Amino acid sequence: MQNRLKNITKSRLFWPLMALALMIVFNIIFVDDFLKIEIKDGNLFGRIIDIINRAAPLMLMAIGMTLVIATGGTDLSVGSVAAISGALVCSLIGGDFKGVAQHPFAVAILAALAVSLLAGAWNGFLVGKLGIQPVVATLILFVAGRGIAQLITEGQIITVYYKPFAFLGGFAPGIPIPFSIIIVAIVLTIVLLVLKKTALGLFIESVGVNATSSRFTGISVTKIKFLVYTFSGLCAGIAGLIISSMIRAADANNAGLMSEMDAILAVAIGGTSMAGGRFSIGASMIGALIVQSITTTLYAVGVSAQVLPLIKAIVVIAICLVQAEEFRRKAFGIFAKKGGVQNEKAAAKL
Amino acid sequence: MKKLQLNSKFVPLIITILLFVGLFAVGSIKYPSFFSLQVFFNLFIDNAYLIILAVGMTFVLVIGGIDLSVGSVLCLVAMASADLVENRGVNPYVVMLLMIVIGAVYGLVQGTLIQSFKMQPFIVTLAGLFFGKGAAAWISIETINITNKTYNDIAHYRVKLIGDGFISIGAVIALVTLVIAIYIAHYTKFGRTAYAIGGNEQSALLMGLPVARTKILIYTLNGICSALAGIVFSFYMLSGYSLHGQGMELDAIASAVIGGTLLTGGVGYVVGSLFGALTQGIIQNIIMFDGSLNSWWTKIAIAALLCMFIIIQRLLVARRDAQKARSRGNLAKNQAVAK
Amino acid sequence: MAENNPILKMFGICKTFPGVKALQNVDFMLRAGEVHCLMGENGAGKSTLIKVLTGVEKLDKGEIFLDGENILPKTPLEAQAVGISTVYQEVNLCPNLSVAENMFIGREPITAGRINWKEINKRAEAALEKLNVKIDVTQTLDSYSVAIQQMVAIARSLDVSAKVLILDEPTSSLDKNEVDKLFEVLRKLKKDGIGIIFITHFLDQVYEISDRITVLRNGELVGEFETAALPRVQLVAKMIGKEFDELASLNKGNVAVANIEDDTSFIKARGLGSSGTIKPFDLDIKKGEVLGLVGLLGSGRTETARVLFGADKADSGELFINNRKVSMTSPIDAIKQGMAFCPEDRKKEGIIGDLTVRENIMLALQAKRGMGKYITRKEQEQLADKFIKLLSIKTAGPEQLIKNLSGGNQQKVILARWLATEPDLLILDEPTRGIDVGTKTEIQKLVVKLAEEGMAVVFISSELDEELRTCSRMAVFRDRQKIAELTGDDLTEHYVMQTIAGGQNDAE
Repeated sequence: MQNRLKNITKSRLFWPLMALALMIVFNIIFVDDFLKIEIKDGNLFGRIIDIINRAAPLMLMAIGMTLVIATGGTDLSVGSVAAISGALVCSLIGGDFKGVAQHPFAVAILAALAVSLLAGAWNGFLVGKLGIQPVVATLILFVAGRGIAQLITEGQIITVYYKPFAFLGGFAPGIPIPFSIIIVAIVLTIVLLVLKKTALGLFIESVGVNATSSRFTGISVTKIKFLVYTFSGLCAGIAGLIISSMIRAADANNAGLMSEMDAILAVAIGGTSMAGGRFSIGASMIGALIVQSITTTLYAVGVSAQVLPLIKAIVVIAICLVQAEEFRRKAFGIFAKKGGVQNEKAAAKL
Repeated sequence: MKKLQLNSKFVPLIITILLFVGLFAVGSIKYPSFFSLQVFFNLFIDNAYLIILAVGMTFVLVIGGIDLSVGSVLCLVAMASADLVENRGVNPYVVMLLMIVIGAVYGLVQGTLIQSFKMQPFIVTLAGLFFGKGAAAWISIETINITNKTYNDIAHYRVKLIGDGFISIGAVIALVTLVIAIYIAHYTKFGRTAYAIGGNEQSALLMGLPVARTKILIYTLNGICSALAGIVFSFYMLSGYSLHGQGMELDAIASAVIGGTLLTGGVGYVVGSLFGALTQGIIQNIIMFDGSLNSWWTKIAIAALLCMFIIIQRLLVARRDAQKARSRGNLAKNQAVAK
Repeated sequence: MAENNPILKMFGICKTFPGVKALQNVDFMLRAGEVHCLMGENGAGKSTLIKVLTGVEKLDKGEIFLDGENILPKTPLEAQAVGISTVYQEVNLCPNLSVAENMFIGREPITAGRINWKEINKRAEAALEKLNVKIDVTQTLDSYSVAIQQMVAIARSLDVSAKVLILDEPTSSLDKNEVDKLFEVLRKLKKDGIGIIFITHFLDQVYEISDRITVLRNGELVGEFETAALPRVQLVAKMIGKEFDELASLNKGNVAVANIEDDTSFIKARGLGSSGTIKPFDLDIKKGEVLGLVGLLGSGRTETARVLFGADKADSGELFINNRKVSMTSPIDAIKQGMAFCPEDRKKEGIIGDLTVRENIMLALQAKRGMGKYITRKEQEQLADKFIKLLSIKTAGPEQLIKNLSGGNQQKVILARWLATEPDLLILDEPTRGIDVGTKTEIQKLVVKLAEEGMAVVFISSELDEELRTCSRMAVFRDRQKIAELTGDDLTEHYVMQTIAGGQNDAE
């Protein structure tokens, strides 16, 4: 039994890794210089670096989203919270042409993170304390969040000329790897450390499997839920900083647009069940990389940004369909005969 | 106690109507031109598509589901209509019919995924949301204006009512939809089955009701409503644009919830949803009349309103549960000698 | 009564679930105009037999004849269509619909393209009146008591023209008057020639209403008996089979004479109560005793336990632990004070299904120590191994998911979870429900042993025998109120039952 269980934990990472490998092989064959990494001005450049760099915000959101989904919930507001965070940091730094910051950089960042934390806490309050369905609770900020971001920027796109702001999503002086990767590494390390050193992970899984039992066992379900939504807000906020830094502007309408979909997709690819319970942050990270490479690859093939969601929607449905027990049971007979047309069939469904 | 329960069920609806009247009064006092029949009729004209969306959403919520894709279906329909009519010269009526079919298929596929494969409604319809957006953008990223004569004629036709008051064809469609919906909800087996499913799906199954079929059909119906709303929307806007309909899923859910539909399913009033939609219209009007307020305030105000009503719902349900626990305690008296 | 007129015959019914033979070659016969009790311990196969008959589960082998015709209902609906209706304990109707609609949904009369509500209401009223129920049928179902709801369910079944009516534990949440009323209806239906299958665990009711009894045990048929010719003791013996001896043996070792030092009540509750669930009560719990909370379902026994544990919030009174006043708002507070609580509903409130046995065992201890002080993997494994051995939990290993264990073993894991926290007070709410007799005895022995070792134990069970065997003191509840405390010589079956039932001799 133990062996079998080990196999299962292995296979958790196995399939996402296989998919990632497939993406990489595809890219190596079809994209020129995919593996090439060079050093320009002391910084690393290359397609792979670019993918990881661009995946950074998504990875951050996926960390928070994994924990939220593990409790059996969902957070639709991550994209909007990212927009709020980006809007706030940009408007605090200000769009001065000479690159002078109106408020200290650190203050702007802290304010943005504090507001993101607050947004997450609001979701956590609605879900954890009031017991409102996660979808509806987070839908409120999903829609209103962009309105709030608009109010912060007063409907303008604020372009920031203050130099250090570009470090977040680009390169900080003296460090050859993109700074966003470092941010992800830091957050990831902290999260993994906390999960390893405390029982938080177990409590989250326990709540996701059976909230009532968990409460009777002495776990504060309210607290755990509040915590994961708050943390998800924070993750989205950090992601928002990176996103706005990459374009050096606050775009309330488009910053983090559809990232809730990407984040859920990353978690789903990672194999965490949408119903809650067992989760793996590592698998979600691989999921995020896959999602980003799909995006990059599709761009490379010439698909426009706006059409992307169409393809991602199909992928999400396909993955969730394969996850769905009901589907596997019903489809098993067909596949036993015809073999391996899962994705086609799933895709045909939409 | 019976009375109390009945009341608490209608409380959200009563609050909504009071809120509507109150807001109308506020608007009338603050802005001199506000208080007029036409402003009232305009609510129907400006929110025709929302009323239709809200009606469809009410059914989905009644069976305990949710549909996040409605705004995006609306957008896709408006976009596709514009493209077909303008760029491909297809007969407008054929286009409208085709759109309804597309909406039905959209809902049917989502409903099938949810019901037959036991997938969570939110994830399926969230994918539906993005699919629709992507599809609309795939048609065109630019705005397509509709110059077609039929569309323009319909858009500008005024249905005369009392005095000088008039409403648009879109509003008429919305009202007809509403009446049909009331009929379906309260006078057909299909509608009653939907309520039964929302009350207790297991029981509905055991009572031999066609649960699976009804659920799939409800999503299909909602798809049709979304498409119809999309058509009405294209009369209203006379254009298709891939960013239309953003956040409309929330507006539709808000309309239903404000109108007294329980998010937990089983309870919902189509008429309530009408008032829910009109209330949002009033808020929009007030913000417009004010002029100094950013239009983004509308979204925030509606989100806040939805939030308030959800919290009221939670409190009412909690109170009712407590009452039930009490009556259950009273009930369970002695079984006489237990063994 | 048309005694010799079989209406329903089932032959050689077999049904296997993964790993369990739920039914093996079971025969069952129901005659028109009789009330036939289906008896057996939990897991005997009663519910599986009913599920097969009503099309909820597919049978593997066997034949069913209704009125001489071979039938094989594939869904409850098909069963209904041929005339087999079921009324469940948790009424399977829709609480949000009106009474009348519940009776006619799916078969509404349609006039001029719309549902004819007037007619529905009229017919519903008439159908209920036949059962002597006069209520406003336009009110929603959830505005009426469970008893009325069951009547509505029965009326619906009859209106669908049932030949066979199955009542699955209908009386569990009814009071005496309501049960009488239900029986009145059943007698009337008997006269009309309807065959009634009645499932209950109240022996008195079996003898009051039934004509015949079929006993199942471990998925096998023990036999069919005429109620009048089968003494109670024999019925019980047939239900529990050979393990009857084992039950008796604990009886001798009996009542733990608790070594109590009198002034050391571990818990003192003074006027503790929670409006709507339990009226204010005083209660002392001493270390080293097994205190039984007895009373019927809904009498307040479970509610008392929940208030003590902080699962429900107390809104009046005071609670002292070791003479120190404490306030509890959630289970974790209680756990930190040395309490432990095995809830009644194991599946919903006890186990955490997708977690392993190991995790289920260490979870409460972890919660007690706090999230930051993560128990090392090694310690977790030691803990799991220790309790798996100690309680002889049958599992493939500590990494087995708890949901794959049998009910009895799940219960042992939950017990292990609490024992791991080394509690001063262990509250057990129906710990033996739905588990096999062997495990039952084991748990009872454990309870007595724990008390002997100095733990305070609160024991709730709806089986009085079990309470009598284990408890040294009992608090009796009725109508959400503690009405008496019994010790010593008062702890006889007769006296306890009388107190529970409430007679003239104890004034309210």
